[in-house]
Amino acid sequence: MTLNALLFQALNGLSSASGLFFIAAGLSLIFGVTRIVNIAHGSLYMLGTYIAYSLATKIGGAFGFWGGIVLTAIIVGVIGALIEIVLLRRIYRAPELFQLLATFALVLVINDATLWLWGPEDLLGPRAPGLAGAVEIFGRRLPSYDLFLIFVAPAVLIVLHFALAKTRFGRLIRAATQDREMVGALGVNQAVLFTSVFALGALLAGLGGALQVAREPANLATDLIAIGDAFVVVVVGGMGSITGAYLAAIIIAEVKALCIAIGVVDLGFMSVNFSKFTLVAEFIVMAIVLVTRPYGLLGKPQGMVRSVAEPEDPIRPATPMLKGLGAAVFILLLALPLLAQTSPYLMILAIDVLIAVIFATSLHFIMGPGGMHSFGHAAYFGLGAYGAALLVQLAGFPMLAALLAAPIIALLGALLFGWFAVRLSGVYLAMLTLAFAQIVWALVFQWESFTGGSNGVIGVWPSPPFDKSWVYYLLALALAVISVLLLRRFLFAPFGYAMRAGRDSALRAEAIGIDVKRIHWLGFAIAGCVCGIAGGLFAFAKGSISPEAISVGRSIDGLVMVLLGGIQTLVGPIVGASVYATLQDTVMRQTEYWRALLGLIILVLVLAFPQGIAGALSSLARKLGRKPGGAA
Amino acid sequence: MSVLSVQSLGKAFGGVRAVDNVSFEIGKGEFLALIGPNGAGKSTTFNMINGQLAPDAGDILIGGKSTARMKPRDIWRLGVGRTFQVAATFGSMTVVENVQMALISHAGRILNLWRPAGSLYRGRALELLAQVGMADAADRPSRELAYGDVKRIELAIALANDPQLLLMDEPTAGMAPRERNDLIKLVKDLVVERGISVLFTEHSMDVVFSYADRIIVLARGRLIADGDAAAIRDNAKVQEVYFGTGKTFQEASP
Ligand SMILES: Nc1ncnc2c1ncn2[C@@H]1O[C@H](COP(=O)(O)OP(=O)(O)O)[C@@H](O)[C@H]1O
Ligand SMILES: [Mg+2]
Repeated sequence: MTLNALLFQALNGLSSASGLFFIAAGLSLIFGVTRIVNIAHGSLYMLGTYIAYSLATKIGGAFGFWGGIVLTAIIVGVIGALIEIVLLRRIYRAPELFQLLATFALVLVINDATLWLWGPEDLLGPRAPGLAGAVEIFGRRLPSYDLFLIFVAPAVLIVLHFALAKTRFGRLIRAATQDREMVGALGVNQAVLFTSVFALGALLAGLGGALQVAREPANLATDLIAIGDAFVVVVVGGMGSITGAYLAAIIIAEVKALCIAIGVVDLGFMSVNFSKFTLVAEFIVMAIVLVTRPYGLLGKPQGMVRSVAEPEDPIRPATPMLKGLGAAVFILLLALPLLAQTSPYLMILAIDVLIAVIFATSLHFIMGPGGMHSFGHAAYFGLGAYGAALLVQLAGFPMLAALLAAPIIALLGALLFGWFAVRLSGVYLAMLTLAFAQIVWALVFQWESFTGGSNGVIGVWPSPPFDKSWVYYLLALALAVISVLLLRRFLFAPFGYAMRAGRDSALRAEAIGIDVKRIHWLGFAIAGCVCGIAGGLFAFAKGSISPEAISVGRSIDGLVMVLLGGIQTLVGPIVGASVYATLQDTVMRQTEYWRALLGLIILVLVLAFPQGIAGALSSLARKLGRKPGGAA
Repeated sequence: MSVLSVQSLGKAFGGVRAVDNVSFEIGKGEFLALIGPNGAGKSTTFNMINGQLAPDAGDILIGGKSTARMKPRDIWRLGVGRTFQVAATFGSMTVVENVQMALISHAGRILNLWRPAGSLYRGRALELLAQVGMADAADRPSRELAYGDVKRIELAIALANDPQLLLMDEPTAGMAPRERNDLIKLVKDLVVERGISVLFTEHSMDVVFSYADRIIVLARGRLIADGDAAAIRDNAKVQEVYFGTGKTFQEASP
């Protein structure tokens, strides 16, 4: 690697930083004022690229391109305002988790809307009129458009900076970011302020997306990639700080560029291709910042305290009725293979449901009693699944040994990631866990020689006698029952109580000698470990594992299952997982637009049934005057 | 040897010297009131003693051991119980479970993954609840209790680790005068019995003058007086502080 090559990559880094900055700045602004983390911000960015593409190709010429970019920003700003008015306004007072889920539902709906409008193909826009050439720099040719991008971001930063410092609107935004009560006291119409801020944030995302049109093709996967990067940038820069967002965008982009510039390095015993680990590098930067400055480089500690869902009832041991019900269900499930002779598909569905039950119950363990809203539980599922599959493929492990190793590998991952995650709470924790899951996903996706890249690992079939689906089903049933009972036991033991104590009042818990972080860390590890069982079972049930199966979608499935059943009840995740997995295998298979369908289900859930199925049933039982089975 | 010894303690927030060169001691079994106008630095002093804040200067010795750099949970292990200005309990647990948690932690069994917690130390927890007059509410969710009752639960929790020292920052904030008196009387009775030392803040001068063994006064971060009720009442500096804010002792009690 020469110095010139390094400098050239650094310039490249600066131009990719501009896109990152636009999303992150909008995300940060919106969070500062409304305290909502808009996961759909990456989707607005993606929409920007698509709309700019259409304008540039339909209108054409310099006006179509440059005018199109401005017009796109305005259109996306209007879309943002509509989203705020129609949806977000209803959930400002809802628990954080619901807000995150609602904006995630938007991601799904927007993605399918984009698919419907523009189709599945990548769309490459025209070159920028007037900037189609390249300039010779450090002995290489840098597209002039990239050079232009390098200057756009700081220009917008300066404009924003002055707008925030000098205008009345800007002062309001700053006031609201620092102290929300004050805005009310100033007699400001809060609704108007929130809508305008959301529109401004959306406009920035749209502008960022539109500017990419001459650089990269519009692509349906952009939304999640962009939001993942933007999270990292916002966390590193500090929530609510625009200058921080710029600084962080540059740091992250430069670190990635550096990885690419370093390229393949021969370490003697093995050679490492650094350019394959850009995402991992990004994560390491974030981890370092979070450990040394938990609120980011330029962020300030925020008054993040907010009511966590509804107050929860004490947990009580299962009533005889519930125990009887559990036993009856278990016997029915044992007898299920007899039915399967007439409909073989039943076994496959039942195995999917059992895997979902383990997955959702382990997630609920940290989400409910632990109060840690992980948006990245797929990471531990993936570690279990890939761990088992690779041990079979590369080390010739027999099936049962691989199934045993799966939770151990997931445990190691959860111990590592959890150590960082428990240092944060609320939306910061949600974002960090999501980022970790994206790292695992990126690792298996980018590390082709080891994991098979996008093809995944195939040919992981169960060995006899488990090759018969009903035998495998019984194995899954046994593991599911053990997992559920074990986690339940933990929750009734001092450890589970301590986890809830730390969630209810960390201050009080510390004051009676409980090391809350340590307890939550161990809880996180236990949940990850049990989730690994689900991953291992999944790999053998499908005979393969691919990055697709461990993407962020799976994490969100888990959240939906837990909420569908009801986060405050211990049987909730079981009910939720069963209902959801069945729906997924039946209804959602029927349509190409299952994402939008799922998004709508989430929105209905968040807006209309915040207690979930089991929660609604138990409050119904209470209303009917019976003894509450609430926490059973 | 004194149970708590505060030596030249100092803490500043930005330019504000919240606590400035404060020293005092508490002897065994002593009931010591810390008073002063709002913003005098009382809570800051408490938070340094219980480990929530690290002091900028000076030292804190509990049972002869320096705790100035220790975490709250480690200070608790030395035998220091505390209640909070804004009462804090575990809302998703019953009253008795709240006390059981403190007992389980005291016994070092928090990491146990197997034994049902509901059955651990229940008897002892009920005894403690009886002592604060809350035995009847044992199996109710703690979040349903009235504020005054929550304060009593906190007291039972604070007594769970057989403390040598009890720290109570405004234990009666938000209570009616009658309730205030009852709570402080209850505390006094309980600690005299066990020889526990207590440091507390309280706005009601009636309560302070009738129960405290000794009183120390903070104003703008500095300790301006230290003595018994009579001495504090007659202290010119103290009168100036209270009269200076346009208050008499009577008016100072809201
Ligand atoms: N976390 C903090 N940050 C900045 N200033 C603080 C903080 N805590 C207390 N102060 C300031 O320190 C001084 C003492 O406050 P405090 O100890 O709460 O007084 P008291 O409890 O006697 O009313 C006050 O001027 C207060 O504004
Ligand atoms: Mg105070």
